[in-house]
Amino acid sequence: MALTYEHIQSALVNKFGEAITNWQIGVDMASFEAPKEANLKVLQFLYEESSLGFQFLTDITAVHYPDQLGKELAVVYHLHNLVENVRLRFKVFTSIEDPTIFTATQLFSSANWMERETYDFFGIQFVGHPNLKRILNVDEMEYFPLRKEFPLEDQTRIDKDDEMFGRGGSIR
Amino acid sequence: MRPVRFNINPIQANTKDSLAMVEAPEGYSGEGFFATKLSDVVGLARKNSLWPLPFATSCCGIEFMATMASHYDLARFGSERVGFSPRQCDLLMVMGTIAKKMAPVLRQVYLQMAEPRWVIAVGACASSGGIFDTYSVLQGIDQVIPVDVYVPGCPPRPEAILDGFMKVQDLVGQESLRRRNSEQYTALLETYGIQ
Ligand code: SF4
Repeated sequence: MALTYEHIQSALVNKFGEAITNWQIGVDMASFEAPKEANLKVLQFLYEESSLGFQFLTDITAVHYPDQLGKELAVVYHLHNLVENVRLRFKVFTSIEDPTIFTATQLFSSANWMERETYDFFGIQFVGHPNLKRILNVDEMEYFPLRKEFPLEDQTRIDKDDEMFGRGGSIR
Repeated sequence: MRPVRFNINPIQANTKDSLAMVEAPEGYSGEGFFATKLSDVVGLARKNSLWPLPFATSCCGIEFMATMASHYDLARFGSERVGFSPRQCDLLMVMGTIAKKMAPVLRQVYLQMAEPRWVIAVGACASSGGIFDTYSVLQGIDQVIPVDVYVPGCPPRPEAILDGFMKVQDLVGQESLRRRNSEQYTALLETYGIQ
């Protein structure tokens, strides 16, 4: 029997009840949220429950929503059931003052580099990660470049006219 | 009919007036002798046998491959010997986007080259960061090493790279033998933190 989204949703709600929120079926995959304290429990349940079997971690990334006070950073897990070819998107939110989240490295070895990347760009602290340091950017970098408060452009240069290069100035 | 065809009337190539020879430097000549400045002879030798070290990291590197290949033929300028060891090369050709993480590597390659050494920055990226005005890209290699010639373009055509190369040749041919020992040169390297 094919794995249906209804089955996934009811299995999750049976197990975690109110903690599972914002269940949505998007264009290509379903998505839901859970409190950040429960992230490992949810991942483990999805992994070990024999009727679910989400045993492949496609991606971990983060999103910065500066306007959502107290929930500024979303960490997004993309999971894949390779047997049934079903995908799932799982989000947890954390405040930017305390961006700590349990690491998924015990469950998925591939989470190691993905979490390093997420740390590198968004400054998410993965508690329990064996080697949480920058992976793509230079080690000397002092900020997390994909957070919205940092302009994308390199701030060290002085030879470009800001007005012409869309930095500051006015865009009509 | 012959089993293998070949041209039994080959056309002889007419090379008259189409071979470029390097001009002899200014000097005095007479019966059996020729006197000129040492620096001119050294410059002549250096400029017509530059060994380039290609440091090609992205799209501009592809243009360099065309420049090296038979159609544009960098070998015409005496530099068919592309070396991949910085110890042996005179001219560092930086072609492509240099990420900030790559900058120490580029600098290390430059430091490993023996004097005299020249640097040419090919393309907008190497010269100024180009379109990559972003946190991860070095905004011009002149932030880490001194550059002699910049070639603009994104990417520059092979003709432009050749033009830049000939500009380097001019510099090399006219360089005074004492330049590398001069105070200005030491001061220039000092600004890059190179002893
Ligand atoms: S200057 Fe343009 S063509 Fe050259 S490396 Fe940069 S982006 Fe590529």
